[in-house]
Amino acid sequence: MSIGTRVVEKTTSLVHNILPPETHSVEVLAGTADSGVFIAGLTVFALALFVGYYVVWRVTPALHSPLMAVTNAISSVIIVGALVVAGGQAFDFSKIMGFVAVVLASINIFGGFIVTNRMLQMFKKK
Amino acid sequence: MSPDLSAFLYLVASVCFIMALRGLSSPTSARQGNLYGMVGMGLAIGTTLFNDAVLSFETILGGLLIGGVIGTLIARKIKMTALPQLVAGFHSLVGLAAVCVAASALYSPDVFGIGGMQGIKISALIEMGLGTAIGAITFTGSIMAFGKLQGFIGSKPLVFKGQHLFNATLLLAIIAAGTWLTIHGTFGAFWVLTALSLLLGILLVLPIGGADMPVIVSMLNSYSGWAACGIGFTLQNNLLIITGALVGSSGAILSYIMCKGMNRSIVNVVLGGFGGDSSSGSGPAASGEAKPVKTGSAEDATFLMKNASSVIIVPGYGMAVAQAQHALKEMVELLKEQGVKVRFAIHPVAGRMPGHMNVLLAEANIPYEDVVELDDINRDFASTDVALVIGANDVTNPAAKTDPKSPIYGMPILDVEKAKTVLFIKRSLSSGYAGVENELFHRDNTMMLFGDAKKMVEQIIKAMEQ
Repeated sequence: MSIGTRVVEKTTSLVHNILPPETHSVEVLAGTADSGVFIAGLTVFALALFVGYYVVWRVTPALHSPLMAVTNAISSVIIVGALVVAGGQAFDFSKIMGFVAVVLASINIFGGFIVTNRMLQMFKKK
Repeated sequence: MSPDLSAFLYLVASVCFIMALRGLSSPTSARQGNLYGMVGMGLAIGTTLFNDAVLSFETILGGLLIGGVIGTLIARKIKMTALPQLVAGFHSLVGLAAVCVAASALYSPDVFGIGGMQGIKISALIEMGLGTAIGAITFTGSIMAFGKLQGFIGSKPLVFKGQHLFNATLLLAIIAAGTWLTIHGTFGAFWVLTALSLLLGILLVLPIGGADMPVIVSMLNSYSGWAACGIGFTLQNNLLIITGALVGSSGAILSYIMCKGMNRSIVNVVLGGFGGDSSSGSGPAASGEAKPVKTGSAEDATFLMKNASSVIIVPGYGMAVAQAQHALKEMVELLKEQGVKVRFAIHPVAGRMPGHMNVLLAEANIPYEDVVELDDINRDFASTDVALVIGANDVTNPAAKTDPKSPIYGMPILDVEKAKTVLFIKRSLSSGYAGVENELFHRDNTMMLFGDAKKMVEQIIKAMEQ
């Protein structure tokens, strides 16, 4: 075991001891906080890369513009992180940041999907 | 909502996103794919709203409403010719959103369950640093790309002495700031990292010229995905990781395709400065001052095309600038009435973003079956009577095949020179983006039609109707 992981585990256990128990239940976005989490994430990442690679190569070149617009829209899924902080009870810096991120991401989500749709409408079979 | 249920719904959303990209493999399935994308996004947002950490909804609904209205208005009002800058602008928003989410995760880690008062876990800090740096670079880089495409900033590459050295130093400084953030987890380190990355984003895109924008826009597309990935790792959220990886690889593949279309490496494009100096053309071309050129009128072009049995039209950025696609559609209709076979040949890097020409032609109601990619149509030029080049230049230049000294040597080109007659609609004889003169202009079977693309096409239509 490397020093790094040991430190991580130490901090984690500290955190778990110090934090009130109800904070644990908030770990819904997260998985369980152990050192295997990173590897689990990496596994998902690697597999998703392969899926992305094969799916994107099959996209017809004529639709490369819509592809960019739609990937732009779905990368705004980052909004899930923003929602959690924007929905917090306390009004603090994080909440403001969360609010800004919600606004930015939703511009993208709505704008991205609508503009993609507009483009795809034009590719209807005549 | 139980963690298992929300994780499951996130998985369903990820699958929807994959289906959205999968749909784009054909124009017939694409709109259904887009629907999948919207369902996936709705599912992702809905699931998160049921998260136990979400206690008040006013801020969220306010944010969604403001963003939704702005996004909808922009997307509805935007002209299709302004698409490249729109996409660049949208990328910048993803980048900034990533930075905001990272900042809020740093200031209240307990909300995400990634650490408490004792500080955030080191692994989370590393991922947060990466997400922030990439997000910040995406933000300012995309704003610069937006400015160049919109014309706020000159599209000429801006180069200064020692630029690469400066950028490399900046990158090292960013890594140092990231390390500082990882070890100490201080707010100061975070903001230094952000500021340095913002600066790097600006400097990375400044030296890149207008016609290299397809690569840069795709690259920033890719970055916005990696930024989402970094945040996904920080928050240990598989949906973000999967989506980020999809978007990241999509952008990377598009960049690769664009680079291949120009026979340049991504490093070469990113280092920038290409095509800024118009005198950098190869020796013999640069000295060709008074070579004869055959000019023609709209009537000449009409005569040639009406009597042809097949015509291939090669559109380029000039067509987009002049917004000539609608006039072109009318011209094509008239030619088809005469029994002429008309098709469009699309070079991968034509325009300012991948697939730019296809969208513009689709906008003008030109059936996509008539719009053919380079590899599929290049062989047909030899059996074509007229090749009509509208606002394109470098992508037809035979120097790419014959002159090893040319900056565009090795770039795949459309073999218009093999057609019986080549018509060029151009405003002047000036060389293209790469600064190379096109010897085709001086050939016997070439006729130059000088003028604005749209006006020239309209004149041709008039002549045809007579």
